[in-house]
Amino acid sequence: MAGEATSAVEAVVRESYGRLLAFLASQTSDIAAAEDALADALESAVRTWPERGVPERPESWMLTVARRSLIGGGRRRQVAERNQVELALRTAEREELGPASSVPDKRLELMFTCAHPAIDPSLHAPLMLQTVLGLDAARIAAAFLMAPATLGQQLVRAKRKIKVAGVPFRVPGPEELPERAGSVADAIYAAYGTGWDDPVGDDDRKVGLVPEALRLVELLCELLPDDPEAHGLAALLWHTEARRGSRRADDGTLVLLSEQDPATWSRAAIATADRHLRVAASLHSPGPWQVQAVIQAVHNRRASAGETDWLTIVALYDTLLTMRPTVGAQVARAGAVLEAAGPDAALAALAEVDPGAAATYQPWWAVRLEALIRAGAPGDEIGSAYGEAVRLSNDPAVRAHLALRVGPGLGAEQKG
Amino acid sequence: MEYLLILTEDDDEFACRTDERAGDYWAEWTAFVGEINASGIVRYGAALQPPSTASTVRVRDGVRSVQDGPFAESKENLGGIFVIDVPDLDAALEWAAKRPRSGSAEVRPLLGMAPADD
Repeated sequence: MAGEATSAVEAVVRESYGRLLAFLASQTSDIAAAEDALADALESAVRTWPERGVPERPESWMLTVARRSLIGGGRRRQVAERNQVELALRTAEREELGPASSVPDKRLELMFTCAHPAIDPSLHAPLMLQTVLGLDAARIAAAFLMAPATLGQQLVRAKRKIKVAGVPFRVPGPEELPERAGSVADAIYAAYGTGWDDPVGDDDRKVGLVPEALRLVELLCELLPDDPEAHGLAALLWHTEARRGSRRADDGTLVLLSEQDPATWSRAAIATADRHLRVAASLHSPGPWQVQAVIQAVHNRRASAGETDWLTIVALYDTLLTMRPTVGAQVARAGAVLEAAGPDAALAALAEVDPGAAATYQPWWAVRLEALIRAGAPGDEIGSAYGEAVRLSNDPAVRAHLALRVGPGLGAEQKG
Repeated sequence: MEYLLILTEDDDEFACRTDERAGDYWAEWTAFVGEINASGIVRYGAALQPPSTASTVRVRDGVRSVQDGPFAESKENLGGIFVIDVPDLDAALEWAAKRPRSGSAEVRPLLGMAPADD
């Protein structure tokens, strides 16, 4: 009985935390108070469910207890504000008593609030992870390589701003939607990136948030089913995810995409990605996330085609650059040009990148190094490209791979 | 909710008020002020004389000192304010974005009755 109750609590937390929090917060604009109230409700559930049994509708039970706590907690507030909270919650209660009286889903509103332009972009992902998925701040801080206390403070401040400055809980109108949904997508991509940089978890402090990012992107697609870019991002993440485990050999050494055995890629992830791409394509509105997803889809097609269609990948990067010109895309294009047209064309493509940005961008040096090696360039040119590529990488596996690529002479020289 | 819109201008903008560009300057501001007033959200609004007319007072250890000029030298200075009453930050930001000409518009919620839990 106790075990059943505990797992019921866990199930409600897993399934309903974000839904309950979004609903409570959207009624009062006070995320912190909603979090406290929900914590109270969870504590009550843990205390009472083992004795009295799991209620028939655990989610509604939690909501009722959380609401009571929210109103009660308001005792310290001013009368006017307390009445306002109570009124908001009563209204919500009435609205909720429809035939299908589950908790109204305000998670999309909450996601837009977390990624509001009035909130510092670096906090969009952490806020979303904490409120929508109920992740604790320490875990988020570890993934983003931040001190837990610092992130905790910043989250408190952001929630306070949302409340005090009146950041609304609403889904933006059609005019603003693409840009605002873009901020939500950027945040999810950032969350996914925390697990991408360190695929084997060499760094103990850094626990990636890959599964959480995938949950968020699926949720975004569920809540914005007609947004092609939401599906584009989902397709990009799943296509990338298909190869995540293949990026390191058993001994931890780096395995480049072109050297990976497609048999090790996840068929299930590729299938999920392609499903999202089909939905996106049916909506007939291309965008940068979709193009990036198609690029990864073309890479993954090697699993069935046996070879990579580099010319198509170069053309897709050209399209991407017209939509969203970034140094990352320019350098990735140069990498594809290297395969499609050889080292001289790749070096020419690299020369188009803004020198200031290129100088500190590790992939620019890595592509240049590879192009120089293939072109049979003089040793000193290779040496200086190698030096920069190594200097700008903090991943030992990447550095080891580069050393292997230039050979023992140069690789050893650079060691000290 | 009530917000203060803090509209700033640089020296060149302040100069526009009186030089040969004054026609455009005032036409654009008059249009904006007309629109925001007509919307019925304005509690108070005012344009300010240029920063060169400012005096800053400090009292340290009971001694009063007066300084010629604004509190801090900066590229942009306060040119005008509005207190508006709108439903939420998005509405306030929308009005802020409508300000004519160059310069920024800071949006700040007013501290109403201080909540007890702060």
